[in-house]
Amino acid sequence: MSTITAANAAHLEYVLRIADTSLILGQRLSEWCGHGPVIEEDIALTNVALDLIGQARLLLTHVGRLEGKGRDEDRLAFLRTEPQYRNLTIVELPNVDFARTILRNFLVAAWQRELWQKLASSTDTELAAIAGKALKETRYHLQHAADWTVRLGDGTEESHARMQKALDYLWPYTAEFFSATAEDAAVEAAGVGPAWATLESTWEAVVRPVLEVATLAVPARMPFLSRGKQGQHTESMGHLLTEMQYLQRTYPGGTW
Amino acid sequence: MSTLTSTQAWDILNRVPDPEIPVISVTELGIVRDVQAADNIVDVVVTPTYSGCPATEVIERSIREALTAAGATQVRVTTRLAPAWTTDWIEPAAQEKLRAYGIAPPVARGAGNAQPLTFMARVDCPRCGSADTERLSQFGATACKALYRCRSCREPFEYFKPL
Repeated sequence: MSTITAANAAHLEYVLRIADTSLILGQRLSEWCGHGPVIEEDIALTNVALDLIGQARLLLTHVGRLEGKGRDEDRLAFLRTEPQYRNLTIVELPNVDFARTILRNFLVAAWQRELWQKLASSTDTELAAIAGKALKETRYHLQHAADWTVRLGDGTEESHARMQKALDYLWPYTAEFFSATAEDAAVEAAGVGPAWATLESTWEAVVRPVLEVATLAVPARMPFLSRGKQGQHTESMGHLLTEMQYLQRTYPGGTW
Repeated sequence: MSTLTSTQAWDILNRVPDPEIPVISVTELGIVRDVQAADNIVDVVVTPTYSGCPATEVIERSIREALTAAGATQVRVTTRLAPAWTTDWIEPAAQEKLRAYGIAPPVARGAGNAQPLTFMARVDCPRCGSADTERLSQFGATACKALYRCRSCREPFEYFKPL
């Protein structure tokens, strides 16, 4: 039996944040299945959801092994309670409309791309392998969302207004992408992955030019800081989990 | 019954079709990375295409069934994630099969793996060969394909995205 030291507790926490962010965004995007504005986008959003859930499966399986308590991907995905999830808050927020969905995909994919690039050389070889694979998928997610961000932002009066409203709403939540946590130092020192604060400048260098072409005004930073990655969630999270966990809660251990 | 050799096991897998694109085999797709047979126990190493590809589990089952039918007493399929699968591993002959099937094969990614944000490669129509094509959607019926349309022959077609 392995002993959980402070260093690998931080490692576990770090991977769980990444895994849950993919999982919960995948769950949110799957809500679009059958509801896309056009069939191509219905298919696109659900394909992105499928990639994210695939990433989450690999990452949660890895978390289960790191933890060493015999929990598999399904137990981790479906049988935790709300404060035990470590996703970025932004991914649990409701979809609302296509504008907010697309803009969130853009902001998150740009962040994930920076993260996967760094993690591809992690000392955790399993994490590095998953990141190397996810990076290729995320490039397409980013391209898709960036295309739409420009098309809608620099589109009609209505589409522009919706995109600006989405950006005003979502932007404050992006502070959490880079906020420091107690685990950062140990994880970075062990070469597992970067402290997320170090991703901010490259992320902004990707995101801001696209928002500018999209004619969207980036809001100023505020002191507001969400803490989903530390287990403090919004009201939306409980509603999301109720739906996501329904089958396993109602028919424990059910398989198909 | 005779003992399976590694070469024979490879040959068997050459005839296991990809469930989504049945004109090419799992070996032509480049996802079978290693096959070792000894005493009718076969070890197969598979590198999946996309993390969330729903065909992955079907492929594993097809591999087991084909090798078992050929006399393997045990088939062990293991997943290898690194190096990650790339469309560059699709064999040239298979690229032609894709084209004949109506799917434009992926452009070569090359060693640099560079992909700018607004990456738009020239994709020729697999039906009439025209380069005058347009992308309708980044994502097609499966994660690995995009949807295009040919402006010359007016036919829609799928494009196997370079990964």
